Amino acid sequence: MIWLDVKRVAKAGFVNFWRNGVVSIASVFVATVTLYTVGILLLSSAFLQASISEIKNKVDINVYFEKDAPIDQIEGLTNRLRSLPEVKDVEYVSREQALVVFKERNKDNALIIQSLNELPDNPLGAVLNIRAKEPSQYEGIATFLNQQKEKAVSASGASIIDSVNYQKNKIVIDRLTAIVSAVERLGFMASLILGLMAILVTFNTIRLAIYNSREEITVMKLVGASRSYIRGPFVIEGLMYGVSAAILATFALYPTTFWIRNTTTSFFGSFNLLTYYLSNLGQIFLVLLGTGVVLGMVSSFFAIRKYLK
Amino acid sequence: MIYFNKVSKVYPDNSVALDNVTFSIAPKEFVSIVGHSGAGKTTLLRMMLLEERPSTGEVSFESINLNDLRGEHIPQFRRRIGVIFQDFRLLSTKTAFENVAFAMEAAGVPDDIIQTDVPEVLELVGLEKKIWSFPHQLSGGEKQRVAIARAIINQPEIIIADEPTGNLDPVNTYEIIQILKKINDLGTTVVMTTHNKGIIDTLGKRVITLETGRLIRDDKEGKYIL
Repeated sequence: MIWLDVKRVAKAGFVNFWRNGVVSIASVFVATVTLYTVGILLLSSAFLQASISEIKNKVDINVYFEKDAPIDQIEGLTNRLRSLPEVKDVEYVSREQALVVFKERNKDNALIIQSLNELPDNPLGAVLNIRAKEPSQYEGIATFLNQQKEKAVSASGASIIDSVNYQKNKIVIDRLTAIVSAVERLGFMASLILGLMAILVTFNTIRLAIYNSREEITVMKLVGASRSYIRGPFVIEGLMYGVSAAILATFALYPTTFWIRNTTTSFFGSFNLLTYYLSNLGQIFLVLLGTGVVLGMVSSFFAIRKYLK
Repeated sequence: MIYFNKVSKVYPDNSVALDNVTFSIAPKEFVSIVGHSGAGKTTLLRMMLLEERPSTGEVSFESINLNDLRGEHIPQFRRRIGVIFQDFRLLSTKTAFENVAFAMEAAGVPDDIIQTDVPEVLELVGLEKKIWSFPHQLSGGEKQRVAIARAIINQPEIIIADEPTGNLDPVNTYEIIQILKKINDLGTTVVMTTHNKGIIDTLGKRVITLETGRLIRDDKEGKYIL
């Protein structure tokens, strides 16, 4: 009995979806725009995350050691830094490497190269490049380094740390921290508002579609159909709107990502939206499908409630 | 089988649709309800279908007091009644066959019975050639035949017809009334509202006359007197 009803409801839903032609097309179209918006939000947030982590990676603070700083003391400090929870990684650049990098960076400046060659010894000290997990954590690491500066003394009694460039980078880091958190907040708000608008528009379209059928719903009631038997096909139609829209929206995202792939790649270098879209195609489709199906079915379910009383 | 006991209906705007109406309908009767527009005819029918509930008094169907029916019992009760409307009210996205079959499907009738019964009933109302037509492909008279087929498919105990010939030409009116008479002859109670003097006078059946919500005449073999 229940199985028979389910079968009939499902069939009626599919047949109505097909026969309602224009109304179905309109609803699917609006749902597609909604899911497309959701897809764009997904992709922008991926892009945003990638850009933010890219920027975060570009920021670090550097510890410059004295030329005569003993290697074992530098290693001790490196290990202590690595044990800090805020620290993401610590890169050790030896005196020799520092010189190579410096020469490479200034290879076009003849004066500097000439001066270097005239010096009897490598003028550079070893360097530690420290990266924190979050930009806001640099302050803490800088404080830690200042304490270490007092403690880490060589045999001669002078500190092995020449300088820490946190103060110089502080303004940039602070500004970046502010920007990152503002962008994240803004992105979240924008997604919330856009998503909500899209959902409301779809809900209202489905409501209009069902409003169209209000007289037929009355007839079904008078002929003796139970509430769930009347509601069922409408919910199935909602499901069909969601499924069709998810397929269309997923396809529609392809030309979009294709079109803006160069822009996104040149923005921060490594992030290609098209590659991201293609490699996450399955997941994106599933998210859109889930959203569409839930949106369609829930909208239908609530939109018809009024006429079933 | 139907009892109206001191039934009144007052709408929230204080307009009185029915005023202390009492009558009963016996099984196998053919009852016509006449009266001017706004006399309360439709309200009366809507109460039998539980679309409307009395402000005071009670409506009973056999031993069931309709005031007590709630929830899932309402659709179950409605399956015992067949309804026909002036504006046909077919489901526009369904064919003639599917419109009739819908009443059976909603009642949970198995598919094999639907497959044999629906064509039979459509043949009975003279629509065997239009089984697969959609409502917009049918004339008014044909639509009303589909509606009648839908009303009788579940072999209801009573047919309620609200001005079934109101939108039809004289030939179709005559034929629809003949079908209703035939249904009545086969043992189904029929309650019909109408404005058509000709129908009432040729039927020679019971006539209940309403005026501004009050029952003013109830004649065993009535004429249209207003």
